[in-house]
Amino acid sequence: MRPISDLDWRGRAEPRPDLVISRAAVLDPRAGIDDVLDVVVRGGEVAELAPPGTGEAEGAEVIDAEGKHVFPAFFDPHVHLRTPGGEDAEDVETGSRAAAAGGYCGILAMANTIPPVDTAADISALRERAAAEASVPVGFLATLTRGMAGEELTEMADLSDAGAVGFSDDGLPVRDANVLRRALSYQRLAGLQIALHEEDPDLSGKGVMHEGPVSAVLGLEGIPAVSESTMIARDAALAAYEGARIHVQHLSARESVDVVAAAKAAGVAISCEATPHHLTLTDEEVRTLDARFKMNPPLRAEADRQALVEGLRAGTVDCIATDHAPHPPQRKEVPFEEAAMGVTGLETAFAVIHTDLVLPGVLDLGLVVERMSAGATAFGFAPPTLAPGSAANLVLFDPEPEWEAGADGWESRSANSCFDGRRLRGRVLMTVAAGGVAYRQRSFALGVAT
Amino acid sequence: MRHLLGVDGMKRSDIERILERAESFAEVGRRDIKKVPTLRGRTVVSLFYEASTRTSSSFELAAKRLSADVVSVKSVGSSVDKGESLKDTIATLSAYGPEAIIIRSPHAGAANLVTRWTEASVINAGDGKHEHPSQALLDVFTLRRRVGELDGKRIWIVGDVLHSRVARSCALAFTAMGARVTLAGPPTLIPRGITEGIECEVAHDLDDLGEADVVYALRMQHERMRGSFVPSLREYAARYQIDSRRLGSRQLLMHPGPVNRGVELSSEVIDGPSSLITEQVESGLVVRMAILYELLTSGERPRGRRAAAGEPDSSELIAPTPIGEPA
Repeated sequence: MRPISDLDWRGRAEPRPDLVISRAAVLDPRAGIDDVLDVVVRGGEVAELAPPGTGEAEGAEVIDAEGKHVFPAFFDPHVHLRTPGGEDAEDVETGSRAAAAGGYCGILAMANTIPPVDTAADISALRERAAAEASVPVGFLATLTRGMAGEELTEMADLSDAGAVGFSDDGLPVRDANVLRRALSYQRLAGLQIALHEEDPDLSGKGVMHEGPVSAVLGLEGIPAVSESTMIARDAALAAYEGARIHVQHLSARESVDVVAAAKAAGVAISCEATPHHLTLTDEEVRTLDARFKMNPPLRAEADRQALVEGLRAGTVDCIATDHAPHPPQRKEVPFEEAAMGVTGLETAFAVIHTDLVLPGVLDLGLVVERMSAGATAFGFAPPTLAPGSAANLVLFDPEPEWEAGADGWESRSANSCFDGRRLRGRVLMTVAAGGVAYRQRSFALGVAT
Repeated sequence: MRHLLGVDGMKRSDIERILERAESFAEVGRRDIKKVPTLRGRTVVSLFYEASTRTSSSFELAAKRLSADVVSVKSVGSSVDKGESLKDTIATLSAYGPEAIIIRSPHAGAANLVTRWTEASVINAGDGKHEHPSQALLDVFTLRRRVGELDGKRIWIVGDVLHSRVARSCALAFTAMGARVTLAGPPTLIPRGITEGIECEVAHDLDDLGEADVVYALRMQHERMRGSFVPSLREYAARYQIDSRRLGSRQLLMHPGPVNRGVELSSEVIDGPSSLITEQVESGLVVRMAILYELLTSGERPRGRRAAAGEPDSSELIAPTPIGEPA
């Protein structure tokens, strides 16, 4: 597995200050660490986990973290940075800053830009942008098919050599089963994960929300749960046949969790993700007819939400991904049916899960922390860890403060969060990505130097 | 009430208050001079993004009968047609200081959205397949005039429920008034999960239509074959058309119009003695007058702006006395 620091970000050239994060509740389930400790960061690495009050590093900034948590930083395998073509909504600089503010030490950007990222030259250009502008390491996927047209494969091997981190036509399903079959076969040459937006376009039709009692009352065309689950079943069968591996993006339906569980039990190399909004909200939100709650796949019923939570707990759902999808106001301040699909999510992801699932006791904190960075594994990156000797990828999180999402504005260029205005509990204070300080929360006083 | 966005959320008492007001306007309508000065000097904007004859004309006439100044904007040929966003259009029209904006849109929730951008009362004159509350209120009004209270009455709404905002608003209004509603039609045209969303029953054939006190037929659009909703209009008509064979003599017939003769209704029942279709159209005017009255003269309106402009407070204007008659 590759280190996250293989990805491009501007911090590579910047100094890596030494830090002592003192008396923190350090939690890294992957490394079996759960204790109050001093985290000593030296030379960009976790140099030492010392008994509380004993950590030292010459010239280091000392941060009093009593009552606060240190976790391995998060990794998001599914964001939209809208570069090129959608810079009015987001770009590499603003999107990666939003990621840093959410506690992420690495993100992977989707290729459904305008035009789509489908050539080695596109990948090289984006990597240069990231090296110049990105607050945290950013990887770029290429499309699976040229122009996302679903017809011809991209030059997958060349794209791989150019530094693409995976392939996906995210935003659209691969409608033609034979095209996907060829891509899965070609994966033996090109390597890299193939990430799939699973949806049967015929079943989805012009649907704009989950098909169920709420869509029935609102008179909005529904997207049935089987639109997603039948495509996952098809593609899991294709992956098994070709001996390929696939990553299923943004699971939303109970039926889909069942299909993935069955595929895993049958030995298919399949991983999948769920978003914070699908884990915490349902289609009841759409009763407001507020386009902030419009995304694809749509918010579904309570039984679906619970199945996702259970799937996350059981490991059927491997990781939490945001599907951070920024849009400018004019694409959201329109009637629901006309509005763009997608919501932002990087800046609220962990606080939302912490507020709605951890604090009420639904999910264990350690499990959530693990799932927040497990997306790295699915794409062949070593997940962040706090084990001494590892690259410093960590997040300092205060579980106490209550804050209103969006009240202080957003780091993202866009504000289309479905949690805007929500009271959330717990806040990211600082993010260290690949050894560099990528983010400090404004209200968080700079560490008290001793 | 401040806005009329849908029947969903309306209480029975709200509906009854509007219908009683409509009765008083019906009385005015029988006089020689049909106009009342209630909304004199106030502006009502009518904004229609979809073709409409009866709803737009009846709202406009209702506003004029109340002496309001009416501005009508149709999407064809207007800046709306040139790609102006709804938000910008509302900002433009709000410059006239309207007290009410009546909007019809092909998109669900358009009226709800407009409330964010204007101080005017917003009236939903049909939003996509979502709601058409003034139609439902006039239907309840029509029916109550004929049969009295709806408590315990059985009403079958027959046809393309899936694509019908009238069906949704009527089902909500009829149940709010105590009636028992059955939605009948082919399984492909009954929205999945509707019985969990609206208190009603569902039938896929008309075998038990005889139990209905009222049969409310919906318009069946010709393009429904293309989406594989029904194999043919012929097969649809054979199974769901309301004709003299299916409609008993004590059963009443309603339809929101315009009717496809020979599809959802046979000609003989449209013009038959059980048909309330003409009365529905007549009710439209007085019910829409009552809706405007309810929204524009109730205490829930912000009054600062008008008072500052030196205009009389709305509470002084409530009596619907016809112009030219002694108060």
